[in-house]
Amino acid sequence: MPTNYAEVEETLRRIQSQKGVQGIVIVNSEGIPIKTTLDNSSTVQYAGLIHQLVMKARSTVRDIDPQNDLTFLRIRSKKNEIMIAPDKDYFLIVIQNPSD
Amino acid sequence: MEIVHVYTKLRSEFGRQYLFSDRPTELLVDIPPDPSLAMQFITKTPRDQATQACREMSEHQVNTERFESESRGLNHMEGGWPKDVDPNDMEQTIRFRKKVEKDESYMNSILQLGSVMDHYIRQNNAINIYQDYFTEDQDIDEGQEAPSAKTINVFRDPNEVKRTVTCLSWHPDGGRKLAAAYCCLEFQKSSKDLSPDSYIWDIENPNQPELALKPASPLVCLDYNPKDPHTLVGGSYNGQIVYWDTRRGSQPVELSSVEHSHRDPVYKIIWLQSKTGTDAFSASTDGQVLWWDVRKLNEPTERLVLDPGREGNLDRALGAISLEFEATMPTKFMVGTEQGLVVSCNRKAKTPAEKIVCTYDGHHGPIYALHRNPFFPKNFLTVGDWTARIWSEDIRDSSIMWTRYQMSYLTDACWSPVRPSVFFTTKMDGVLDVWDVLFKQNNPTLSLKVCDEALYSLRVQDNGRFVACGSQIGAATLLEICSGLSTLQKNEKSLLAAMFERETKREKILEARQREMRLKERSRSEQSREDDTGRDADGDESPEQLIARAEEDFYSVVEAERKRREERHREKGVCEEKEVKDEAVIPL
Repeated sequence: MPTNYAEVEETLRRIQSQKGVQGIVIVNSEGIPIKTTLDNSSTVQYAGLIHQLVMKARSTVRDIDPQNDLTFLRIRSKKNEIMIAPDKDYFLIVIQNPSD
Repeated sequence: MEIVHVYTKLRSEFGRQYLFSDRPTELLVDIPPDPSLAMQFITKTPRDQATQACREMSEHQVNTERFESESRGLNHMEGGWPKDVDPNDMEQTIRFRKKVEKDESYMNSILQLGSVMDHYIRQNNAINIYQDYFTEDQDIDEGQEAPSAKTINVFRDPNEVKRTVTCLSWHPDGGRKLAAAYCCLEFQKSSKDLSPDSYIWDIENPNQPELALKPASPLVCLDYNPKDPHTLVGGSYNGQIVYWDTRRGSQPVELSSVEHSHRDPVYKIIWLQSKTGTDAFSASTDGQVLWWDVRKLNEPTERLVLDPGREGNLDRALGAISLEFEATMPTKFMVGTEQGLVVSCNRKAKTPAEKIVCTYDGHHGPIYALHRNPFFPKNFLTVGDWTARIWSEDIRDSSIMWTRYQMSYLTDACWSPVRPSVFFTTKMDGVLDVWDVLFKQNNPTLSLKVCDEALYSLRVQDNGRFVACGSQIGAATLLEICSGLSTLQKNEKSLLAAMFERETKREKILEARQREMRLKERSRSEQSREDDTGRDADGDESPEQLIARAEEDFYSVVEAERKRREERHREKGVCEEKEVKDEAVIPL
């Protein structure tokens, strides 16, 4: 288990070091931010808002086809891109500035 | 009663052939109608009726009660923490987080999500999907839109008795303000209630003037100082020059003394380019052009009398109605006179006689406007009587280009400061014409009827888009010209330069030819005068003898011509081939 823990840290560090990545937030299914690299207020905002959005997106996909499921969600905005990888219990949210 | 038929067959008879036989009909049942039952029915005329077996529906309209809605936002607070963890307590939250991190499912899911995320991040970094792949051709070729102009605002004279807008001047800094001089120019028409005020308008507010300028006598002309946008100088109806500073209010700061001012209304006043920025010069129909220093208005600094004989004789002076000064040529200036002459003067001449360099005789009436082309200073525009003329400084005898004789009198004109080939004119029937010399020379490119009364003054703002024109009843209209007429077109300057060159050359050639002919005439008349002196030695011929001689000459010429024709006729009559042509040749 400690090695796994190190691996997790390694993964997150690798993502953080990629070009353009501005922040990472890990949220659990109840909306509690577990790990974050942003400041508290932004983290809380992202956690709350994105949680609802992922729920909605997932239910949309499943309503159209019950066999289907949401695998990834990208929100591209003028200033940056928010990428959300949902799982059964956790979401991994990464904010990246796309290359110009 | 039941009617029953029983069929029986012996077994032995099965299979035997059928033996049919006829028998007469038997009446089985006869039920006669019962009249008593008929009472229960009513006979009715047959009619058609459609029926449909379906649910019945009806239509209704309902209006709900007014529903008030409000926009609200949602603020996220921390939440979702399990009951035993207090979100405000840092230690508890940290402990909770650490607990979750140790959870195996957490680790597995994060590892898996991490790899997925990694893939997408790299994808983003590899290609920018919003990159411009085809650089769009930015040159949007503006289609030839029809020239147009629209009225933006109308500034009306707030007084009861309406006066003509005689002069307009734009604020030099950006052109947000317009100064208008109001005066009743009709001789002896001014009444006691005529207010002498002139106004400065803010172009955004047509309801009320921004500042009223109150001189002693109405202003005929007005000019903003291009160096100091707060100061204005104006020439009034009684000949005085008035100087204002808008920071000091409506009353004039200084007035020129009556003895030394003009004796007639000052028709034009222009600021000069000088080191101090306080010099101006004015022109009036009394024949003088006076130079002033606004710091000391009691006496003009210089005086010029517009005497064509160059003697400074005020009696023979020409009345000046318009002035022209170009900052790029500070020593030269031009004056347009009431007699239709344009006088070109040099300020730096030693003697007053040399001040007047040359004159251009152009119009049949007073020259109401005189303006040099800002791009080609050698060419200037004059407006007077019913035409507008473009002149070149080198050609003295006539203008190089002119418009047709218009239906009504032209009152004012000016070049566009952005397009060298565009100029504007105003007419007495209330029409503002925009001429584009490169596009059309016979007619104005755009003709707008601004108002029903005569337009008396015109001024274009420095950006070339806004034009202000003033009418006889004191309404100054602000128009915006379409971008086609107020943006410099490519090659415009060179094309216009070529056009001016061509016209100037044409005039030069014509002038040379005229001179030649005149020379020939003169030499011929000199010769004939010598002969005449011989004849005259007999004595002066009386009128009858002159007439007789003229008649003789005439008849002899006619005879000679007729004889010549007859001879030609006889000659050609011999050749039959030419007879047909003869019919045409002899147009007697």
